[in-house]
Amino acid sequence: MGKWTRRGVIAAGIAGGGVFAVGVALREGHRAPGLAGRMAGDGETLVNVWVKLSEDNIVTAIVPHAEMGQGVFTSMAQMLAEEMDADWNLVRFEQAPADEAYANYPLAREYLLGGATVPGLVQDTLNGGFLRLSQSMSLQITGGSTAVRFTGQGGMRIAGAAARDMLIKAAARDWQVPRRTLRAEKSYIYHDASGRAAPFSDFAVAAGKLSPPTQPKLKSPEAYTLMGTSLPRLDLAGKVDGSAEFSIDVQLPNLRHAAVLSAPVFGARTVSVDDSGVARMPGIYKTVNGGNFVAVIADSYWRAEQAVAALDVTWSETGREALGQADIDAQFVADMARAVDTEAERIDVKAGQARQAAQEAPHVIEADYTVPYLAHAALEPINATAHVQGDKVDIWIGHQNPLGARDAIAAELDFRKKDITVHNRLLGGAFGRKSEVDYPIMAVRIAQEADGPVKMIWSRSEDTKQDFYRPASRARIIAGLDTDHQPLSWDYQFVHKHEPVEASDPPYDIANKLIHYADSDNPIRFGAWRSVDHTQHGFFIESFIDELAHAANADPLTYRRNLLLDKPRHLAALDAVAKAAGWGRATADGRGLGVAIVESFGTIVAQIAEVDTTGPVPRVVKVWAAADPGFVVHPDGFKAQIEGGIIYGLSAALYGNITVENGAISQSNFHDYPVVRMDDAPDISITLINSGAQLGGGGEPGTPPIAPAVANAIFAASGRRMRSLPLAVPDGGLASAPEQGPQPA
Amino acid sequence: MTQLKINGRITQLDVDPAMPLLWAIRETLNLSGTKYGCGIAQCGACTVHLNGVPIRACSTPVSAAEGGEITTIEGVAGDDGRLHAVQQAWIDHQVPQCGYCQSGQIMSAIALLQANPDPSDADIDDAMRGNICRCGAYGRIRAAIKTAAIQTSTGTQEGQKNG
Ligand code: FES
Ligand code: FES
Repeated sequence: MGKWTRRGVIAAGIAGGGVFAVGVALREGHRAPGLAGRMAGDGETLVNVWVKLSEDNIVTAIVPHAEMGQGVFTSMAQMLAEEMDADWNLVRFEQAPADEAYANYPLAREYLLGGATVPGLVQDTLNGGFLRLSQSMSLQITGGSTAVRFTGQGGMRIAGAAARDMLIKAAARDWQVPRRTLRAEKSYIYHDASGRAAPFSDFAVAAGKLSPPTQPKLKSPEAYTLMGTSLPRLDLAGKVDGSAEFSIDVQLPNLRHAAVLSAPVFGARTVSVDDSGVARMPGIYKTVNGGNFVAVIADSYWRAEQAVAALDVTWSETGREALGQADIDAQFVADMARAVDTEAERIDVKAGQARQAAQEAPHVIEADYTVPYLAHAALEPINATAHVQGDKVDIWIGHQNPLGARDAIAAELDFRKKDITVHNRLLGGAFGRKSEVDYPIMAVRIAQEADGPVKMIWSRSEDTKQDFYRPASRARIIAGLDTDHQPLSWDYQFVHKHEPVEASDPPYDIANKLIHYADSDNPIRFGAWRSVDHTQHGFFIESFIDELAHAANADPLTYRRNLLLDKPRHLAALDAVAKAAGWGRATADGRGLGVAIVESFGTIVAQIAEVDTTGPVPRVVKVWAAADPGFVVHPDGFKAQIEGGIIYGLSAALYGNITVENGAISQSNFHDYPVVRMDDAPDISITLINSGAQLGGGGEPGTPPIAPAVANAIFAASGRRMRSLPLAVPDGGLASAPEQGPQPA
Repeated sequence: MTQLKINGRITQLDVDPAMPLLWAIRETLNLSGTKYGCGIAQCGACTVHLNGVPIRACSTPVSAAEGGEITTIEGVAGDDGRLHAVQQAWIDHQVPQCGYCQSGQIMSAIALLQANPDPSDADIDDAMRGNICRCGAYGRIRAAIKTAAIQTSTGTQEGQKNG
């Protein structure tokens, strides 16, 4: 890599061989020597870490995120091309390698500053600190609905605008005309007065000699030609002809295959592993005793899987072999009660005097809600392929945080980070599960036992039983109401607090709030599950507010509206979804409409579900959603994310139920962990709202409102209040739910 | 040796006849478009055609496929590389999200349309309920099947001969 002419956030210079380069956020000491060689092929120019420009005028967006279904390559390229005025037909994408140079610096910065305005991004001192921070945290993360709003806003658009500015400046010098007389359009620069026109690539080298702008001007929405349009996704060809390469598809010479069995009881270790029954089986290479797992390496996955099943493993006693779901549920109740009794509540939000207000209130309503553990159940089971050669490691994986995976391998198995190469591949679904580092470590651990590459695949059973589950949770909510049944106080207790911190705080205007939680430890491991804590709090809050509306004898949508008068975006979303669904209309016998609204990851989503309760289990007939992410960069892709978020949340609402028995997870596959299929997938209709607010996410916000919308619709249809999930339980669900919302005391 | 005819080509495989066809296709023949999702005929990710009928390759031993005509996702486009009408409809409706389930979805949809060129919603439910999409693309899959049904019934039949 040649010499950079400038340090700082937007750095430009000329690389070896007269190559133009514009770098984002690469400062002295962080310039990743050799990067140009890896990213730029023959005849290509490395424009910066987000962009390449080739001699034939092809612009390539280099995307530091993993593709797991969200169309991230397209939206990132779109944001770059918009500001660069690139011709969409000449735009390509590449996934960035897992490299420090792509550490997700805009993500870290926007995250920590809570979404600062764009010009602040180019302040050197500030940004240097954030860059270091993001690198030291090894952030190259896909999750938290961050790609468009952070990397796109803070990285791609700035890079595109800077590149365009410099190309225009170079053209102005070359043609000896003022810059303001030039314009860029579709990867060409035009001088209209003289009729001259030339492709971007003609000015690449000259542009590389210029100083980059410190504050490139971004377009205002009226000027967008690409952002806000539904460009065809760039990655679909391989996803319809079978050629897209997921991590499970990796092919290498002399590849062996491994199947694994992890300790069924979390925390157990192998005491003995008897593989005498396995050694005689054909095609077996080796048994691996990994301490907390066993594996068999074989010449085919099928043989490895059979062999693992034939191992005779004795696991150590953990003392938790009798743990059952009822114990965990009872412990939640006990720990919550103890926290209150001993005044050991962990305070989350406090405003006014909620308990005193409840004591003085004319009416009090109280309810308990529960949600179960959930597995992620991405369709591509956990897998990774590793090859260990001396102190060097190569790993092929689909991971939401490849640098985190690398660091964990280094720390856990004693390799140097620089000796580990992560080849990140497409993810066949992830939903948060593939941000955990257990499986990359395990794959490398297995490969350490072999003299060649080994592909480790978890059976569906292992994938189900060894997840990092959406935690089970429980809430007790006590509301004090005035004589009109408007809420005076909101006393809300729950178990376990994780992320995002604001998830437990209702949007409603209630003067006295006490939101607090109890810890209740158990060995079931948990992790981020699409929309994280919003899934449980969305259900608790939006169901209970529906109970309050019922107690007030008010329309549930109007009741919410009256408590959201200072939140115009919420009101607009509610109004839009009400209009689309025909809220207030009569429904057929046994059917009802339910509404819910949740803001998560900066996006507000209101949903209405129409549910038919005449069958043995509730059936969701149709879902309407109104979503406001501030501005929709790719409407069709955003809709797809909301649709997917609704179906994902609906699977959990109707069926999702991971339970613990004898210290282990009971479920193993889609027959006992059912999900929504074609015949129970509702029709979904989505209204998009461009409010102009700060950009919000797309991947997660569709999920939280669906469970309460469906539960509220069941109430509207049947008068049964569903206070625990899942809902589609033939016996004990609808039939055993309380007949009425509680009447005011 | 087991002889299999896959996508019109005859191959000799030295595999255990009890091995599920899925692993022979993926590991021995290196046709990785057919996916593993559950291993017990629950998810449809491994769907291929055996004599034009959709089967779950994870639960079909190689021996059961011997002598039959197997078609995988790699074999449905036309010889000239043109996409099958179903594949094209998948693009037109921007169906795939992660894409992992889509080979199986497309194989089930092609088989459906061959048996029933004008499927009702209930027919689509029946034919497709064995294919899970965790990304939740069901609405688009349904719409794409309807588009493909119109395409195929109006005579754009290219690429179907292997299906
Ligand atoms: S892998 Fe065959 S049906 Fe799931
Ligand atoms: S597109 Fe991801 S599972 Fe269907």
